[in-house]
Amino acid sequence: MPKSLTPFLQPFRTLGQYTLLLAHAFSALGEFKTYRKNLFDQMVRIGIDSIPIVAMASAFSGAVMTVQTAYQLVSPFIPKTVIGAVVAPSMILELAVVVTGFILAGRVGARIAAELGTMRVTEQIDALEAMGLNSVSYLVVPRVLAGMIMVPVLYVVACFIGIASGILVANLGGFLSTGEFLQGARQFFKPFDPIFGVIKAFVFGFVITSISCYKGYFTQGGAEGVGRSTTQAAVLSCVYILVADLVLAVLLL
Amino acid sequence: MIQVEHLYKSFDGRAVLVDVSLEIRDGETLAIIGRSGSGKSVLMKHLIGLLKPDRGRVLVDGVDINAISYEALRRIRRQFGVLFQGGALFDSMNAFENVAFPLRTFTNLSEAEIRRRVQECLELVQLPDVGPKMPDELSGGMKKRVALARAIALQPRYIIYDEPTTGLDPETANAIDELINDLNHRLNVTGIVVTHDMHSVLSVADRVAFLYQGRMHWVGTIDALHRSDDPILLSFVKASEYQIGQPISRST
Repeated sequence: MPKSLTPFLQPFRTLGQYTLLLAHAFSALGEFKTYRKNLFDQMVRIGIDSIPIVAMASAFSGAVMTVQTAYQLVSPFIPKTVIGAVVAPSMILELAVVVTGFILAGRVGARIAAELGTMRVTEQIDALEAMGLNSVSYLVVPRVLAGMIMVPVLYVVACFIGIASGILVANLGGFLSTGEFLQGARQFFKPFDPIFGVIKAFVFGFVITSISCYKGYFTQGGAEGVGRSTTQAAVLSCVYILVADLVLAVLLL
Repeated sequence: MIQVEHLYKSFDGRAVLVDVSLEIRDGETLAIIGRSGSGKSVLMKHLIGLLKPDRGRVLVDGVDINAISYEALRRIRRQFGVLFQGGALFDSMNAFENVAFPLRTFTNLSEAEIRRRVQECLELVQLPDVGPKMPDELSGGMKKRVALARAIALQPRYIIYDEPTTGLDPETANAIDELINDLNHRLNVTGIVVTHDMHSVLSVADRVAFLYQGRMHWVGTIDALHRSDDPILLSFVKASEYQIGQPISRST
């Protein structure tokens, strides 16, 4: 094959390698005993340990959104309840899940890629394989499963905190009362909205952890390679969160 | 017995192994030697199926390890203990947990039995007290010895040592050589030592396989090595600061 074609074929090679890793992980799902302990460890590290930063980011998002909506919609012809009608669905449909996804892409994605990348370049993954252990089952499966389980949980936390901080700021700023906020929020509430948010969070959890595991698992080139994988994991996770966000909105709304 | 038959491997069009054939007999210690980049580690990774050849076969007890399922390959790998160049200790676990890891994963031993076996392995590598230490608290030589303890925990039939003395001071390297000799005889295993350290080769090996530019250039016993007049082999050996026929010495 001519060398000049190599750059054009690289994306296909990457996609093939990523798909094979996922297929390998899927076929290893039955080896629960191998990844059970790691699954619970990862659920704590991805989920519980991320609560403070996710709570802080969603609190600020909800507060800022409330202040800006109040600023834009101040008019005697627009009822104050509109603020609640804008802020709550925005948090539920988009802000809570995307903010959570971006934070986890940086916090969790980078950590996973750095961990697995270091294990690759120091031959720890080879050592697992040489022992007769399925390294994908031991390392990749628990991280991806933990992401798919815990990101929806974090999304729910982010929703509650974002809306609560919106109500708090609305009260403190004198824009509207809690009752008015909730009345507005209920006005345009659709039961499918939180379900859609949970579906997005589930997909984002998969996107972040699978891309980061892929980047880390196939790291090459020592410490520099680990740095490269870590950066790519965080950046690609953010990019594919946006792509998945659009695709899901088109498909499900 | 391990048989390598006409193995070819290339990376990005660059041939690393070319028509390599080799037989590793039960109970012997074979040293695979060659310059850096000659394909030693690539050959070693083929022996346990960590790399797949472009052509050729690797047979472990008559089974072609590249023609079987991943599950079957994993069962065969459990007969091997591998000492990687940097030790490859799991850095999230202390020394004890590292040695206990294969026992916890592949056996149904009780916690007391695991403790006893781990202690036994750490004593075999003369590090009975390092259990609670994390890998980054251990010196290079200690890491390799703990990794060796982990490699022998499941009582493998084959032990592969990848550059066991590289990067170690002469005294520690001698200690590792003695340890390899001791383990190979005491545990009655087949040893495969991948190295370019001629002192180590002469200390531990029964036979030597010399890789040169990706080809198996020379295979023979230590006695045959002493008598060899092969210019390429002699050049490698001389470059290793060892003169054939002279006493073994590792400068300190």
